[in-house]
Amino acid sequence: MTVAVMAEPSGSWAARRGLIVLVAIAAVLAVALLAGARYGLLLAIGLGFGLVLEGLRFGFAGPWRAMILRRDPSGILAQLLAIALVAVVAFPLLSASQGELAGAAAPIGWAMAGGAFVFGACMQVVLGCGSGTLVNAGSGNPVSLLALPFFAIGSFLGAYSLIWWTDLGALPILTLTGTSGLAVTLGLLAAVAGLLLVLAAPGTRRVPRRLILAALLLAGLAIGNLVVAGQPWGVVYGLGLWGAKGAVALGADLSGSAFWAAPGNAGRLEGSVLTDVTSLTNIGIITGAFLVACWRQGGLSQPLPKLPARAWAATIVAGLLLGYSARLAFGCNVGAFFSGISTGSLHGWVWFAMAFAGAFVGVRLRPILGLEPRT
Amino acid sequence: MTRRFTAPLAIALIGLLIAFDSATADLNPYKAPPLLALGSGVVASGGFCGAMPE
Repeated sequence: MTVAVMAEPSGSWAARRGLIVLVAIAAVLAVALLAGARYGLLLAIGLGFGLVLEGLRFGFAGPWRAMILRRDPSGILAQLLAIALVAVVAFPLLSASQGELAGAAAPIGWAMAGGAFVFGACMQVVLGCGSGTLVNAGSGNPVSLLALPFFAIGSFLGAYSLIWWTDLGALPILTLTGTSGLAVTLGLLAAVAGLLLVLAAPGTRRVPRRLILAALLLAGLAIGNLVVAGQPWGVVYGLGLWGAKGAVALGADLSGSAFWAAPGNAGRLEGSVLTDVTSLTNIGIITGAFLVACWRQGGLSQPLPKLPARAWAATIVAGLLLGYSARLAFGCNVGAFFSGISTGSLHGWVWFAMAFAGAFVGVRLRPILGLEPRT
Repeated sequence: MTRRFTAPLAIALIGLLIAFDSATADLNPYKAPPLLALGSGVVASGGFCGAMPE
């Protein structure tokens, strides 16, 4: 399909781009003034994530699909590079700053593994993971825009019932720490990269410069997130919090939920989303992706797809499952895979294996559900 | 219909979320934590998807 792009006068175009920069700066300053400097900085980091992910077209679901369908590992290799770069900085920081900084540590369990599998399948159905759904929604992808609110509702519900699921059986939290932990993590990342290169189709064994640059920038932003917030980059908690705030607004009583009634979560329910770490970075990602789409000539002129009703129904169900399963899995591709592995949590590795297995199912479900033509 | 409709809709939804939230939750920059967690001496306490309920 070709899209005709109307030429716009260069002066008008420059003015629009100037306005985009001003809007971004004004949003960061407004949050810093109203909520505090740390929160303004976190919004700026979130904007950075959105700009890099959309601007350099760095994703998670798409590269996994490319590996499964075309044995093209370039996108996953870029993901592994970004994770390794974060790990090299995060491991020593976490060792030296215990308490001030916390890793994405979570327990491995039955529900965690099952949740990761379901998440991997659903992220292929809608072709958007945690960060991908935010980025795609911000750039106007209607499938992700529809999935996003249901992702938030699913995340809220998954957190509501999290303790029931973890009681089915979970190991203690297992983490790799210190220099030896970093060496093991880098070794495992190298081993996965090596396996991908062995399996790769001829002509696909190189990572484009665009993705290397994106990996470098994302790593810098993720380290910034850790240093500023004291915790790694995450997505799902913020979405669940939005869902919980909506439920409370509709009159729900969350005092019966071991998760939402816990002091920390109850406090964040009463607080502003502009003081919640993952809410701020999520808002930044959506806004950053939107700004890139506005910045690009013709970025918003892409026609919306004409999909059958079952595809929209599948999007709603997949959105709910994405949110619910990500809570059981203690994170999505960002909180569990990217941040879990880069801060030494072994649940990140189990998440990766299970979600990748689920992705094989999701790739096959997509045409059946009407989200792409059958071949 | 193009993304000129859906992309601003996403931003409008975020704007609604913030506006609704601002009506129910107060902001006080004087109670904000230090700019950087690293070196602050304050224990990290933000919500994270990997964390069990405190």
